Amino acid sequence: MRQRLAALTTALFMAAGTLAAEEPPAAQAGGAGTLTIGITQFPSTFHPAIDSMLAKSYMHGLTRRPITAYDPDWELTCLVCQELPTLENGMAEKIELEDGDEGIAVTYKLHPEATWGDGEPVTAEDVKFTWEVGKHPDTGVAAAEAYRRILDIEVHDDHSFTAQIDRITFDYSAFGLPILPAHLEREIFEDDPAQYRNRTLFDRDPANSGLHFGPYRMVDVTTGARATFEPNPTWYGEPPAFDRIVLRVVENTAALEANLLSGAIDMVAGELGMTVDQAVALERRYGERFDFVYRPGLIYEHIDFNLDNPILQDRKVRHALAYASNRDVISEALFDGRQPAAHSNISPLDAVHNDDIPRYPYDPEKAESLLEDAGWNDLRNGIRYDGEGNPLRLTFQTTAGDRTRELMQQALQSQWRDVGFDVRIRNEPPRVFFGQTMAQRNFPGMALYAWLSAPESVPRSTLHSDQIPSEENSWTGQNYPGYANPRMDDLLDGIETELDEERRQELWDEMQRLYAEDLPVLPLLWRAQAHILPKWLTGLQPTGNQFPSTFWVEEWDRAPSG
Amino acid sequence: MLSFIIRRLLQSLAVLFIMSFLIYALMGLMPGDPIDLMIQADPDLTPEDQARLRALYGLDQPLTTRYWNWLTAALQGDFGFSRLFAQPVGEILWPRMWNTVLLLGLSLILSLMIALPAGIIAATRPQSTLDNVINLSAFAGISIPPFWLAILLIILFSVTLGWLPAGGMGMGEDTGLWEQARFLILPVLALTLSRVGGTIRFVRASMMEALRQDYIRTARAKGLSRRRVLVAHALRNALIPVVTILALDMGMLVSGALITETIFGWLGMGKTIYDAIMGNDYNLALMGLMFATALTLLANLLADLTYAWLDPRIKYG
Repeated sequence: MRQRLAALTTALFMAAGTLAAEEPPAAQAGGAGTLTIGITQFPSTFHPAIDSMLAKSYMHGLTRRPITAYDPDWELTCLVCQELPTLENGMAEKIELEDGDEGIAVTYKLHPEATWGDGEPVTAEDVKFTWEVGKHPDTGVAAAEAYRRILDIEVHDDHSFTAQIDRITFDYSAFGLPILPAHLEREIFEDDPAQYRNRTLFDRDPANSGLHFGPYRMVDVTTGARATFEPNPTWYGEPPAFDRIVLRVVENTAALEANLLSGAIDMVAGELGMTVDQAVALERRYGERFDFVYRPGLIYEHIDFNLDNPILQDRKVRHALAYASNRDVISEALFDGRQPAAHSNISPLDAVHNDDIPRYPYDPEKAESLLEDAGWNDLRNGIRYDGEGNPLRLTFQTTAGDRTRELMQQALQSQWRDVGFDVRIRNEPPRVFFGQTMAQRNFPGMALYAWLSAPESVPRSTLHSDQIPSEENSWTGQNYPGYANPRMDDLLDGIETELDEERRQELWDEMQRLYAEDLPVLPLLWRAQAHILPKWLTGLQPTGNQFPSTFWVEEWDRAPSG
Repeated sequence: MLSFIIRRLLQSLAVLFIMSFLIYALMGLMPGDPIDLMIQADPDLTPEDQARLRALYGLDQPLTTRYWNWLTAALQGDFGFSRLFAQPVGEILWPRMWNTVLLLGLSLILSLMIALPAGIIAATRPQSTLDNVINLSAFAGISIPPFWLAILLIILFSVTLGWLPAGGMGMGEDTGLWEQARFLILPVLALTLSRVGGTIRFVRASMMEALRQDYIRTARAKGLSRRRVLVAHALRNALIPVVTILALDMGMLVSGALITETIFGWLGMGKTIYDAIMGNDYNLALMGLMFATALTLLANLLADLTYAWLDPRIKYG
C-alpha cells in the first residue's frame, strides 16, 4: 500500500512538473470533419431578440445572419440584403413625419435564396414580424430602442420591404434587427405576447430546423454544457467545410487550457475564451502547437474620475495622473504588449478614430510640474499637501477578485505614489461595485473597469450630461464621472444626426479632442481577444467588433495536411 | 415513534417556510437587481427599457409582495421560470439534481469504502507505520485545495496519459454507456480524494474513543473474537457520530460541489445555485436551496432514527 501511495503521489507531482516539457498526445476530439470549440459562457436564451449576450451572438453566427453587419475590416456590409441602401442609390430617402420632423425611409432587398432550415423562404414578412415582437412592451426584449425608432415596415413583396425610421442618423444603412421565422413563431406570439418569452421555440425546441437559415443548424443542445451544429441543407451561400461543429462550455479557464492540451477541444474562441495574460502564458509553453492570434477589440479598460471630488475637479490633477501613468510598461509587463495602451475612447480600428488628439505619454516630471501649478507643492514623506495641509489622497476602486485589474491597479498606485499621490485601494465584489457603488455614483475618487465600444458608436451614454445618474432620474445613465460640458453635448447630438460624412468626421475629431483635453476618464488599454487556433484551421478572421468571427464560418476550413 | 416522526416533519415544514423567506430576503438585500446586471452587458438599454423590464419581471414591487406572489404560486405547484435559462425551473433542476446525486452519491460511497476500513485499521494500530501513512494521506487529502487537485488529475489522466476525458458529461455524443461513464471517473475521484481524508480522521477518532470504553474490555475478557469485538461492539458505537456527519453531508448531495462541477463542466446543483444567486434568478435559486434544505432536514431525521437502531438505549417518544 505504501508503495502504491508513493507511486500515485510521485505520478501526480511528476505530471505537474513535466507538463511544460512533455509533448501531449495528438488531439483526439474533432476527428475528420469535426471542429470542437471551447467557450466559457452559455447563453441564457437562444431567442435572437431577447437579451444581448456574446455567447448567443457567437452561436447565432453559425445558424443565422443579420441583414447588415460590420465585417472583419470594420466596414458595414450586407449579409442577408443585396445592397446597402443609401441616399445616393435611391434606396433611402428623407421623409416628413406627421409631427413635422424629418425621418428616413430605407428599402432593403433580401437575398432571394435565403431559406429557413425547414424549407420555408426567409421573407420580408419575417422582418415585419420581428419588429412587431420587438416593439411589443410585454415580450421581454431588452434594448427595444431600435424597434421603437421604426415607425412602420411596408412589405413590397417576399423579398423587399421599406422601414420608416423616426429620425435621420448617419448609420441609417445599418439594419440591426434579427430575423424571426413568422411561420413558426407568430402563432405563439399572438396567442399571448406576455408569455411569448417563455414559450418561444428558440428555447422550447432550439434544434428545430425551421429556426435557422445560416450555414449550420443546431442539431443538439445540452443547456449549459454544449451545442452541436451540422451543415444546413438549405443554406444559400458557400457550403461550409466542417461536417460538424461542437461548442463546449468550460467556464474555468485552467480547465479550458487542460481541455485544449488534451485534445478535447480543438480551439479556444477569442471572443469567449482566455484572457490575454493566460493566452500569453500558454503561448510561451505551447507556441509551436497552436496559432495564437491577438486582436484588439471593442472593450477598453479605463479609470473614471469622480468629478464631484474637489481634487479631481482640477483638470491639472487629472492630467498629472495621466502623465504619471506608464501604460506602455503595464501593457508590456502584464500582457506582453498584446493589449495596446488606449489614448481615447474610440478604437484605433474604428474608421472615425482620430489620432490628432492630446496624448499623455509617461512623463513624471511633467506630472509633478502640473501638481505644483495646481497648488500641491508641499511634499512630506513622499506625499503632496496643499497650502491648507490637505493631503493629495484619492480612493481607487475596482472589482475585487479580478486579478488582471488588481495588478494594473497596484502598478498605477505605485507610479502615482512616485509623483506624490497617496492612493488608497478599496475594492469591492462586482455585484456591489456595479450594482451600487457605480450605479449610484458612490465612488469617492477613481474607479477602474471596462467599457464596450462599437464601430461608429456614439458615446452618448457615457459622456452626455443627460446621462449622469442621479436620484431624480432613478439612477439611469452611465456618465458615472458626472461629466457635463455643453460643447460635448452639442457634439454628441450633432454626430448622431449629421449625414454629411466629412462634416460628421469633423464633429468626431472635435469630440475626441475635447475628451482628451477634459479627460473625465483616463483610458488605459484596449482589451484584446486571444484566439487559440489549431495549426490546420484556415479562414478564421477575428473581427474584434461586436459581430463574432462565426458570422463568416463558411470561410473556415481544414488545411490539406491538417 | 410515529408521533416523533410526525412532530419532526411538521417542524421541518416550519423551517422550510422560514428558510424560503430568509433566502428570498437575503437575495433581495444584495446590491443590484437583474436589470442592473443587464445594463452592464448592454449599454443600449435605455431608462425606458429599464423601467419596462422592471415592471415586466415584477421588480418594481416591494420584496414582501414579490415573496407572497412566489409563495402562493409555489403552493399551487407553479415554481415559475428560470430567468437565466429561459425554461421552467423544474426542467432545469431535475436533471441537474440527478447529475449531482450521481456524482456525489458515488463519491460518498467510494469515500466510505475507503474511509471505514482505513479509519478502523488506523485506530486499531495507533502510532504504527500504517497509521502514520493513513494519517499522512488523510491530511494530504484535507490540505490539497480541491481546484488544484482537479486540475492535477486532468493534467495526469487527460493531458499526459490521455486515458480519460478532461471534462464534460458525454451527453449528446454518439457513445455507449461505458464511454459516458468515463466522464464520471475524474470528477468522482477528485471529490472522493478531497473528502475522504476528513472521514478517515473522523472514523479513526471515533473508533479509538470506542475502543477505550469499558464494554470493549469486557467483550475482550469474554473471549470474543477480535473481529466481533471490532465490528459488533466498537464499530456500532463509533458509527453514531459518523452517521451525524453523513446526515449533514446529505445536504451537499443536493447543493452540490461548486468547484468540481465548474472545473469538470459537470452540470450539477452547486454551479446552478451559484449562478442563480449571482444572476438574481430568484425562482431557480430558491428552489435549489429549498431542495437542499429539505434533504438536509430529512437526512437528519433519518440519522435520528438510525441512532435508535444503532443504540437500543435511544428511544423517541
